Amino acid sequence: MTLTLDIEKPKEKNPVVVQTVFLGIGLALLLLAPLFFYPVFLMKLLCFALFACAFNLLLGYTGLLSFGHAAFFGGAAYFTAHAVKEWGLPPELGILVGVVGAAFLGLIVGYLAIRRQGIYFAMITLALAQMFYFFCLQAEFTKGEDGIQSVPRGHLFGFIDLSQSTNMYYFVLGVFVIGVAIIWRIIHSPFGMILKSIRENETRAVSLGYSVRNYKLAAFVMSAALTGLAGGVKALVFQFATLTDVGWQMSGEVILMTLLGGIGTLIGPLFGAGLVVTLQNYLATSEFPVTIITGLVFMVCVLVFRRGIVGEFYHSRLGRKLGFEHRQ
Amino acid sequence: MQAFLGQLLIGLINGSFYALLSLGLAIIFGLLRVINFAHGAQYMLGAFFAWLLLSYFGLGYWPALVIAPIAVGLVGAVIERTMLRRLYTLDPLYGLLFTFGLALTIEGTFRYLYGASGQPYATPAALAGGTNLGFMFLPIYRGWVIVFSLVVCIGTWLVIEKTKLGSYLRAATENPVLVQSFGINVPFLLTLTYALGAALAALAGVLAAPIYQVSPLMGSNIIIVVFAVVVVGGMGSIMGAIVTGYLLGVAEGLTKVFYPEASNIVIFVIMAIVLLIRPAGLFGRDA
Repeated sequence: MTLTLDIEKPKEKNPVVVQTVFLGIGLALLLLAPLFFYPVFLMKLLCFALFACAFNLLLGYTGLLSFGHAAFFGGAAYFTAHAVKEWGLPPELGILVGVVGAAFLGLIVGYLAIRRQGIYFAMITLALAQMFYFFCLQAEFTKGEDGIQSVPRGHLFGFIDLSQSTNMYYFVLGVFVIGVAIIWRIIHSPFGMILKSIRENETRAVSLGYSVRNYKLAAFVMSAALTGLAGGVKALVFQFATLTDVGWQMSGEVILMTLLGGIGTLIGPLFGAGLVVTLQNYLATSEFPVTIITGLVFMVCVLVFRRGIVGEFYHSRLGRKLGFEHRQ
Repeated sequence: MQAFLGQLLIGLINGSFYALLSLGLAIIFGLLRVINFAHGAQYMLGAFFAWLLLSYFGLGYWPALVIAPIAVGLVGAVIERTMLRRLYTLDPLYGLLFTFGLALTIEGTFRYLYGASGQPYATPAALAGGTNLGFMFLPIYRGWVIVFSLVVCIGTWLVIEKTKLGSYLRAATENPVLVQSFGINVPFLLTLTYALGAALAALAGVLAAPIYQVSPLMGSNIIIVVFAVVVVGGMGSIMGAIVTGYLLGVAEGLTKVFYPEASNIVIFVIMAIVLLIRPAGLFGRDA
C-alpha cells in the first residue's frame, strides 16, 4: 500500500473545485432526503455511516484492523440511554456521556491491543470486545436480555423537541456532518500524516523518531470516541440500547461497510453503510437470513473488490480525470 | 470437593476442545499466515456432519469420527484451492476477513436449513454410563474425550516434529521459496495443511456433539475464546498451543467453583494480564 504521486502531467481540473461541487450535491441530497425516504431509515443509515467512517479512521488511515468496535458503539448506546433515562440528562449531555464512556473503553482496549501487531491486534480487540459483551450481559444497568427500553429523546438545548422525527433527522444529520468534519480534519493534519506513515511503514516511522505506540493509541481513542458519538445518537434514534449493538456480529458489519465502500476513503463508508443498511431493511421481512448474504459479500469483496465502491471510482479513469487522489 | 473435581473435569473437557482448535489454528497460521476465522464454523460442520450421518444414513458415532473430518477436510481443500490461495500475497488481514465471511456464510446456511436451536446427539453405546472413581463419578464419555484429544494432540505434534512430512511443513514455514526450489510441492503442502487444520476442527466437533447440543451457533461461541487462547499461547509453537488450551480450560473450570460470575470472562482477563506482562504470549517467539 503505497501512495502514488501523480506528477507526470498537470491536472486538467482543480480537484478542490470538483470536490466542493460533489460535497455540495451530497449535502443537498442529505438535506432533501427526508422528503423521499422514511426518516428512521435515513437516521439509521447516518448513524452507521458515521460509525463506519470512525472505524475507517483506524483501518484506512492507521492500518489497524479492530475487530471490537461494537464494544464502543454498543457501549456508548448503553451509556447514553442510561444517562438520558435514569439520570434525566438532556440529549446533548447524554451523547457526551456516551462519547466519553466509549473513549475511556477505547483507552483500555487500545492500550492492551497495541502491544501486538497485525493479526494479533485484530484477535485481541475481538476478545476484549467479547469480554465487554459478557459484562453487558450480566451488568445491572443494561437490563440484560431486554436492554434499556423506551429511552426519551428529550429536547435539544432545552427547546428543540427531538420526538419530532424531522427535528431528530436534522439533528442526526448535523452530528454526522460534524463527525465527518472532525475525521477530515484529523486525516489532513500533521498528526494524520504520521498515522498514514505508520500505515505505510511502521518500522520506518519508529526509526524516524515517532513514538508509534502513542500515535496508535491516540488514533484508537479518537476512533472509539467518534464511534461512541454514532452509538449514542443511535440509542436516541431508536430509543433503546440492546445487546445486539455490542455483539461481535456488529463489529463484523462495520468492517463490511468500510470494505464495501472503500477502505481509506473518507466517504466510502457512507456508501458501504447505505448498501448494508438497505440490504438489511430489504431482507428484514423475508425468512432468508441476512448473514448468508453478508458473508458472501465479504468473500467477494476480499477476493475481487478490495478497493470498494468509492476506491474503484477514484481509481477509474473518470475519477482520476476529476483529480481524486487514489491509492494502490 | 465434589464440586471442585466436577468443575476440574469440565475444565479439562473444555480445555480439550480449546487445545484441538488452537492446535489447528496454529498449524494453519504457521504455514499459510492466515488466521482461520472459519475454524469455529468447521468445528460446527464436524458436529453437524455427525448428526446428519446419523439422521439420514444411520451411521453412528464411530464412522462419523472418521468420515466427518475427512469430509470437512475435503471442503477445506477445495476452499483453499479455489479462493484462499489468491490471498497469500496480500496483507494477512485479508485472509482473516475472507475466512470471517466464509464463517458467516456457513453458519447462516445451517441456521437457515436447521434452525438456531440445538439438536441432541446420543452418546455412543460403548461409552455410555459412568464409573465411580471413589472420590467422584466420571461419565465414561467425558474421560474418553480427554484421553482421545490428548492422543490426537500429541500425535499431531509428533507428526510435525518427527516425520519427514512434518519436516517439510516446518521448512516451508521458515522459507517456502527455498523449499520449493528443492523440488517439494509447496502449493500442495499449503492445501494439505489447510485441509488438516479443518479436519482437526471437525474432529473436535464430532467429539463435542454428544456433550454439547449440535447447533449452528456452537462454532462462533467457541472461536473467540480460542482466539484468546491463541493470543495467550502465542502461535509460535505447536506444543505451546496445546498446553495453553488445556491450562486455560482448567482455569475456566476452576473459576466456576470460586467465582461463577466471572467464568465467562476469565480467559479474556488472563489474556489481558499476559499482554501486560509478556506481550509475545507464553510460548510466543514473534512479538
